Amino acid sequence: MNIFKFKGLIILLVIVVGLLFATPTFFGKKDVPDGWIGPKQKIKLGLDLQGGMHLVLKVVTDKAVESRMTSITSDLKGQMMNARIHYKSITSASPDLLHVELRTPDDYDKLDKLVLDSYPYLKEVSSSTSEGVTTVTYQMSDEEAASIKDQAVAQALETIRNRIDQYGVSEPSIIPQGKDRIVLQLPGITDAERAKKLIGRTAILEFKLVDEQHSLEDALKGDVPAGSYVAYLKDGKQPILLKQRAVMTGALLDDARVKIKSTYNEPYVAISFNQEGARIFERVTSENVGNRLAILLDGRVSSAPVIREAIAGGDAIIEGRFTLEEASDLAIILRAGSLPAPVDILEERTVGPSLGQDSINKGFISIMIGGLLVIVFMVVYYKFSGVLADLALVCNIVLILGALSLFHAVLTLPGIAGIVLTIGMAVDANVIVYERIKEEIRLGRTAKMAIEAGYKNALSTILDANITTLIAAVVLFQFGTGPVRGFAVTLSIGILSSLFTVLFLCRWIMDWLVNYKKVERISI
Amino acid sequence: MELIRPGTQIEFMKLKNIAFGISITLVVLSLISIFLLRGINYGIDFEGGTEVQVSFSDPIKTEDIRGALNPIGLSQARIQSVSTVEGQEFLIRTPMMNESTQDLTMKVEGALNDTFGKDKVEIRRVEMVGSEVSKDLKEKGFLSLFYAGICILIYIWWRFELKFSLGAIIALIHDVIITVGLFSLAGKEISLPVVAALLTIVGYSLNDTIVVFDRIRENLKKASGSFDFSSLLDNSISQTLSRTILTSFTTFIVVLCLYVLGGSVIHNFAFAMMVGIVVGTYSSIFIASPILLLMNRGK
Repeated sequence: MNIFKFKGLIILLVIVVGLLFATPTFFGKKDVPDGWIGPKQKIKLGLDLQGGMHLVLKVVTDKAVESRMTSITSDLKGQMMNARIHYKSITSASPDLLHVELRTPDDYDKLDKLVLDSYPYLKEVSSSTSEGVTTVTYQMSDEEAASIKDQAVAQALETIRNRIDQYGVSEPSIIPQGKDRIVLQLPGITDAERAKKLIGRTAILEFKLVDEQHSLEDALKGDVPAGSYVAYLKDGKQPILLKQRAVMTGALLDDARVKIKSTYNEPYVAISFNQEGARIFERVTSENVGNRLAILLDGRVSSAPVIREAIAGGDAIIEGRFTLEEASDLAIILRAGSLPAPVDILEERTVGPSLGQDSINKGFISIMIGGLLVIVFMVVYYKFSGVLADLALVCNIVLILGALSLFHAVLTLPGIAGIVLTIGMAVDANVIVYERIKEEIRLGRTAKMAIEAGYKNALSTILDANITTLIAAVVLFQFGTGPVRGFAVTLSIGILSSLFTVLFLCRWIMDWLVNYKKVERISI
Repeated sequence: MELIRPGTQIEFMKLKNIAFGISITLVVLSLISIFLLRGINYGIDFEGGTEVQVSFSDPIKTEDIRGALNPIGLSQARIQSVSTVEGQEFLIRTPMMNESTQDLTMKVEGALNDTFGKDKVEIRRVEMVGSEVSKDLKEKGFLSLFYAGICILIYIWWRFELKFSLGAIIALIHDVIITVGLFSLAGKEISLPVVAALLTIVGYSLNDTIVVFDRIRENLKKASGSFDFSSLLDNSISQTLSRTILTSFTTFIVVLCLYVLGGSVIHNFAFAMMVGIVVGTYSSIFIASPILLLMNRGK
């Protein structure tokens, strides 16, 4: 086999592979028939085409540092009491600062040692003594704060991923971006409100005992006993006096399921604790029979049932006049775990499915009409060579679609615009070559020589012109987001495939015509 | 078929002063509009805010929508018709507000339902971009134009000479300013896809310029002894003119298709491309090459 035939074979192979990968997409929403031997994957459509939700969340990482500081504060209080260090107060004014007020200055050395041993990441930034009280201020080290923040983002990512998996979104994309952002792509989501609640809820589950020793009336008048506070039941009207300390949290949860009360047809969430949780739960309930235990979700009391007896086995239920949807979402959230810090929604884009379908249809029509006009024009202007250019154009579109499918690239509406644009620009390389060939023919060259010279002279022009557009496309890909990236992708692929079709496919056919078919005059 | 008769030599360089005049006027007008008069109408991508796209089954007037939105405190909302069929599809845009996107959407939907009847209104798209993200996107948008410019400058510098590079870049800046100026004058929104279009224009306009430059370089190599640089430029442009027109024509046709048929989402993108193609083709003939001539004279 000679080199010329070998080249032809390679070219054919590329086009056949492109066609194989492009074909499934032409079936649209229908399934690919069983007899099809090629790859079955279709081109992935962007959210703007198939409808869905795009969210950019910011994890409020400062809150994670703050809550760590809060737990350090209560931890330190206990440790200081054990070490007999007398403190006046321990407060944390800003997320990363901790102020300790000592009653006796002599305790300073003991405190210093304690902090150094137990909290090496707390650095003393100032200490002063006035009127017998020594105030020491500690700051959390930057490394520790940074690691807490990183952990918070990683954990939030994991939690959100869990929640979405359990909610059941097909092909979601959940990726971190920058230091503290999470980008979500949820195809097919139409109930934006529900999705946002599901994702954005911190979902911290706490169990707190109701303070039955003190009077609620006094507390409402302003005389709140130390260690307790007034909260309101879910409806927001009924006040209740709670102990501040949570006896248990959702961290010890093992499972959560929606159940329906047979008598009232009312949905509730049944939870079960892990071994440790079950043990604590049994102890708490046995010690407080007759008292009420409040169940709080994100600080709001969802119910406060009376403990009738010690509960062994670690099963409990959460009621709160839920709808079925609310209850099942709550179960998902509890199973997936709580967010380590709240999240803010920075960007939100929801495209309805009808607009997406509309865009697909309009994009398709634009490609067809635009393509047809160019095809007709090329034949009118270049006659037979125009037909050749049109063949290249069609192969080009097939190759773009094939490449998109092969590389699992996402097709967006600007991406379709990129294909339309490629149709217009793809013929450019052919135009450059053809105009050259015409010039050579005018100079009296034979068809064979004209083709040779035409391609040779046009090559550097074609490369230069396309590489600059490619540069623009690559920069766009680097900086662009979402749909615009899809444009950069189709434009880049379009440029490369048009180079292939013009420099290899058309060239090969031209060569074949003059060398093997001995064509003397080319219709151009 | 021949578009330009072979051997034709149009004296483009004689027209350069007129072209410069026109271009400078257009650029100055654009700059005045951008910086002094109308400013740039940034889309929510770059300015932040909430945008709701609604479609109606019957044609409706913008004023009627405003009337419906006034009672719910959205009298400041910008309402814009976006469909090719007049009065069927609108964008309602408000600056960032302290309520959630959901509440806003429901309020808008409720108000429109009450006024125009249920089943006649469809919320098709809701987008909210917070100020943090819009700041980011704006920065990235400008940076991408900047980096694309630098990369291309380096490439042409490497492939040609510095003066070619300068000619191409001046033509590019010219194209981008006039396109943005026209957006400013027409009050059209600059959104992410429009920036993508601007970048494509950068690539496309260069495409044209390079084809001409390549021919100039080739003719320079062939030329021996004393020759007239100005007529060499005329010659090079004339030789490539039919290609320039053909390609611009085919590209323009398809972008026109996109503009007319592509739907509301892609409208501004297509508009930017159309302007860019026309201006880019003009500038590669009348701006980029004459600048070479000017710089050659300077020597």
